[in-house]
Parts: sequence; structure tokens; C-alpha cells
Amino acid sequence: MTHRGSRVLKVGSLARVEGEGALHLRMGGGEVAEARLAIYEPPRFFEAFLRGRSYAEPPDITSRVCGICPVAYQMSACRAIEDACGVVVDGQLAALRRLLYCGEWIESQTLHIYLLHAPDFFGCDSAIDLARTRRADIERGLRLKQAGNAILELLGGRAIHPVNVRLGGFHRIPSTTELRPLTDRLRRARDDAAQTVRWVAGFEFPDAGCDNDLFALSEPGTYAIESGTPTVMPAPHTGCLPPESDRALPTRTFGVHEFGAHVAESQVPHSTALHSLLDNRRHLTGSLARYAISGRWLSPIALQAAYDAGLGDPRQGTVCRNPFRSIIVRAVEVLYAVDEALRIIDAYEPPPHPYVDVPSRAGTGHGATEAPRGLLYHRYTLDSEGIVTDASLVPPTAQNLGAIEEDLRRIVQERLGDGDPTDAELTALCERAVRNHDPCISCSAHFLNLTVERT
Amino acid sequence: MTGSDRPKLAVWKFASCDGCQLTLLDCEDELLGIAERVEISHFLEASSTDAPGPYDLSLIEGSVTTQQDVDRARHIRAVSKRLVTIGACATAGGVQALRNYADVADFQAVVYARPDYIETLSTSTPISAHVPVDFELRGCPIDRGQLVEVITAYLAERKPDVPAHSVCFECKQRGTVCVTVAHGTPCLGPVTHAGCGAICPAYGRGCYGCFGPSNSTNFPSFIPLLRRDGMDTLDVVRVLRTFNTAAPEFDAASRKELEE
Repeated sequence: MTHRGSRVLKVGSLARVEGEGALHLRMGGGEVAEARLAIYEPPRFFEAFLRGRSYAEPPDITSRVCGICPVAYQMSACRAIEDACGVVVDGQLAALRRLLYCGEWIESQTLHIYLLHAPDFFGCDSAIDLARTRRADIERGLRLKQAGNAILELLGGRAIHPVNVRLGGFHRIPSTTELRPLTDRLRRARDDAAQTVRWVAGFEFPDAGCDNDLFALSEPGTYAIESGTPTVMPAPHTGCLPPESDRALPTRTFGVHEFGAHVAESQVPHSTALHSLLDNRRHLTGSLARYAISGRWLSPIALQAAYDAGLGDPRQGTVCRNPFRSIIVRAVEVLYAVDEALRIIDAYEPPPHPYVDVPSRAGTGHGATEAPRGLLYHRYTLDSEGIVTDASLVPPTAQNLGAIEEDLRRIVQERLGDGDPTDAELTALCERAVRNHDPCISCSAHFLNLTVERT
Repeated sequence: MTGSDRPKLAVWKFASCDGCQLTLLDCEDELLGIAERVEISHFLEASSTDAPGPYDLSLIEGSVTTQQDVDRARHIRAVSKRLVTIGACATAGGVQALRNYADVADFQAVVYARPDYIETLSTSTPISAHVPVDFELRGCPIDRGQLVEVITAYLAERKPDVPAHSVCFECKQRGTVCVTVAHGTPCLGPVTHAGCGAICPAYGRGCYGCFGPSNSTNFPSFIPLLRRDGMDTLDVVRVLRTFNTAAPEFDAASRKELEE
């Protein structure tokens, strides 16, 4: 194909992502001048209408930001409001929160792996198409996803927008006998999750790297999910390593109450989602960041599966910076979450009360947890009556948008170097590149209309 | 049935959290079976296939919050034999209808440094405010069992069997002790549409009304019960003004509270 010079490519509506958005590429002289991910999900104004609500309400209300990760919103809201009120939830109540979150990780990550992402690797439009030739694989995915939903339904009351979460803990806690039936299902799920890692590890992955700072919570001794300290692993290009380097670099941390001093959101004309920078640099949250920062704390079964899948050994400082391989990391995280859920159930002793009291007081509180798609931060200010006077929600996708745009620019640039791709080829490539990051745009943060402008 | 003989299903999204379309993907035991009975012609969250209409059944999630939404709702109606709305956003404007009580410019200024970049209507409205709708499935989120019933009912060309009574009936069916009678816990069960299976009381909390108003509500008798159980005017207004705030019965009851 001959070089066509300048052009603009527009992808009108991106499929298999949560939410709605569009992509605009402007190219000229063999160079990508601009790669712009536009979020056209209409704004829903959560931060505005949370003002004037009682401090007990944000866990229920903010869960409605996202049906795919409601527990993440509930947990970040609880942590932030409890922080404002000077309450720490620990012991078995904290373990139950982690169990609920494991359920969401299993359900949501498996949804992404099997229903949204895997079809890309087979050139299929959907998991339903893929099921025509790979029915046993898709059935395994649905079974695994159902195991995650079983945890959410038992502990949370229902899988989407669970009702059992409250400040200080839960409305009702399960007895040991009630939790026990989950064990058999989760043992089967552990086999399915291990098989999932092996399945996705056999896919073909293009060479790619991302030179963004990686940002996740860390909590020495465990794979951070529902709590931890914000931690940054700088991009290799800041040292002397190439962007695709698989070596961990020294990390830095800051308190969650300093989040606003480090992560600055800004608005761009093309999107209803805010863009953010971490200490003035692009950053990436989510599976790749978590695996780089907390990988060494995976359980032995998950570590071994990661190693066998070719991800190296995170205990020796190996990280994965290839966004296309994020599906393997996600599968390892699902295996870990199943294993961790079994561990929590095994060690469970019902606490004396379903929740600790959270008396309201005036102040500002901060909370961050690891949503399946990455670090989710909430901040609330309460008055002395416990009424919310200010709220800030920073979803992972809004943080990742800058890194996703850079990824798109790099991938299209590299493809241009191999000849002149058609618009259809570019669209497929860009959609894959965006899906690698499992964006959740309901958080308007939603997906993809591609426009290519060749000028 | 094979190929184009199968009825065409389309799933559409307006302003929402994606939770109601996710409910279809959460039908793990039924999903592949449903996909054999229908041709999934448009379902952006799950498929890159985007086949043109007309569609036999369109499911709409989400509320109308932009002028483009108004136009899109009209287009979807025009290309759909049956149109069913799924969830509190599509049937009652959703939680984002809280803007209906505020000046949307104030809301924009709270969230965005450059509100002028944002295009939005000053209201969030259900789909039925713009086009005729054949059936409205309640819930925030909808119930998986009810969704399967609605899809199979339309495939069989019969009316869906979805009860219109209150959550109280479901508590009785489930054998849950009434949280209001036994513990004095404020509960919206008597005025809330059934469908969830009365989950909240089973988990020790009062119903918070996420399925919207039941088909017969008696707020003049009900509000004094909430007050007896410790709710003040603002508590009552807030609980009515949450996920189904634009449902006419909840809207009227909350306005009356504020007037008195």
C-alpha cells in the first residue's frame, strides 16, 4: 500500500468497554500529531448532589457511579468517611470487607478477560461469537465469574449495588455455617482461575511497552486491595532503562491525605471525564501497576502461575510493562482473589457486632482502595451535623486517560512505520490498545468512536 | 432458529452506571442460551457487532440528559418493534435526576472548572417522557430473574409476568420478620415496587426504595410511620429523593414534605 500522507481517523463508538467514548487520530507526514480519547458519556454530577446528603449515604449513592465496580465505590467511600470521623475498621470486619472486594475482583476481572478482552485475540466480535468455537473456554469464564457473584450475593445481598455495606462494617454478618458453602464453589473456581492463566498465557502478544509512572496502593505483607499507601514506581525512561524494561525501580509513597497534593485533575475540551497527572507526569493505575508494586505479596499459587505464564518472578523485581499482556496479569489477580477468599473464609470467626459505631464529626477524610481498574480515591468534608459539604471522587479511568492516549499515539506511530494501514486496521488496533487498560467510562469517567484526520 | 430467522435484540445505553446491561451478562447460566434464541444485533458493552435495525426488541438503560439523547431515543423507537426500559435511570430518571431540583449550572460549576465545555440538559428524564415505551422494568439495578422473564415473554409474544405489588409481600414470602414492627427500623417497603426479593430487610436494614413506587402507595398513612421511627423532614425527603427521585409518586411525596 502506498503512503497516503495526512489523514484523520475517527472511531465513532468503541465496543466492549464499560461506557461510551470516541477516539480521534490526527496524522500527517508519517507522524501521529494527536491521539485523543474523547469521553462522551454525559456527566452525572455525583460530586454536586452528594452535597447536603447525610454522611451515611455515600456508600449506597456512589456505588451507582459504576455497576461494574460498586464495591470499590462503597469501600473507598467508607474509608474516607470513617477517616473523617476518626474510626478504623479492623479485624474480622476488615477481613469480611476484603472478602466482598475479592468477589468483585473475581467477577469484574473475569468479565473483562472473557467477555470483553479475549475476543480480540481470536478476531471475534464478542464472547458469544467466540463460544461457537471455544464453548468450553467461555463456559469456564462464566462459571468463574459466577463464583465471584456468589460471594457478592451472599455477603452483599446482590451482585450489583450490594445492600449490606455500611459505615463501620455491615448491616448483617454471616455465620461460619453460612459462608461454608462458598468453599466448594471457590475450590472449583481456583482450578478454573489457574486454567484461565494458562489459557490467556497462550495468546499471541505484540511487543509493546509503556513508559508511564505506575501508581497503586501498597501494604507490605499483602497484595493491597481494600487499603494501603499510595505508591509510585517511576517510568524506566527516567532512569537508563528502555520503556519495555521489566525491572522494578525504587518506589516512593505518600499518605492518602496528600493525594490531592500529588494527583491534579484538569479538564480538557474533548471529554466529560477529567484528566489527571501525578506530580505533573502521566501515570497508569490498574493491574500492571498493582503487579509491579505488590506482586511479591501474591500467594504462592498465584506467584507460581504468574511465573509459569512467563511474567517472571516479581520477588526478583520483575514487572510487566506490556499493556497487551495485562490480560495475563488480570488472570493472575483473579487466581489470587479466589485463593485469598478461601483463606479469609477458612480463618473467619464472626465478630461480636456487625459494625463499629461511626459517630459523625466535622472534618475532612480521605479513602483509597484498588478498584479492579485501578486506584479509586474519595474525599469528603462533613459539617458538625454529619452533612456532606464537599465531595471529590477520582476514578482510575480518569487517571489513566493520559497514559491511554500516549499508548495509542505510540502504537499507531509504530504501525505507521510498518506501512500504511487502512482505517479499519487502525480502528481494530486502537480498540485493542484501549481495551488493554479495561477502561470504565461510566465513571465519566464511557467508549469508542474513532476519527482519523490525515492532514 | 438460525441466522436471520432469529429475533433481533438491541441493548442501548443512556446516562447510567452500566449495571442494568451488566445484569444481562450476569445471567451466566442463561447467557449462551439466550444468545442462541436471539440475534444480538447491537450491544456495545458486549459485542463489536453493530447490525442495522429494525430490531424486534430494544432494551434501554439510562436516562435522557442531553439533546442528542432525545434524538437517539426517537431513532431507537422508530427502529424497534418493542421497546423495554430497564432500570431506575431509564424508567424514572435515575439518581442523576437530582439535578431536577437544582440549577444545573451550579452542579456544573461544582464538578467542572470549565462548565462551558459540558453539554447537558437541565433535567434527567425517563425514556417514556420522550417516546412511547412498551414495558418498564424497575430496579436499581434490575433483577436478573425479571430480566430473563421479560426477554422470554417478548420472544413468546406474551406479557411479562412481573408483579406490581409492594416489597412487603416479598418479605412475607421470604419469611423475614418485619424490621419496622420488630425493630422500629424505618423501611420504604410498603410504598416500594416488588422485584428485588426484599433483600434489605433480610440483611437487617430498611428498604431504601431502589425499585421505585409500587402501583398503589398511600403516603399520607406511610410518612407518619417514618416519623415515628425517628426520621425528620429532611431524612424523609432524602430517602425519597435518591435513585427514583423523578418517579411521580416519590417526587410528589417529597415536595409535600417540604411544603408542610
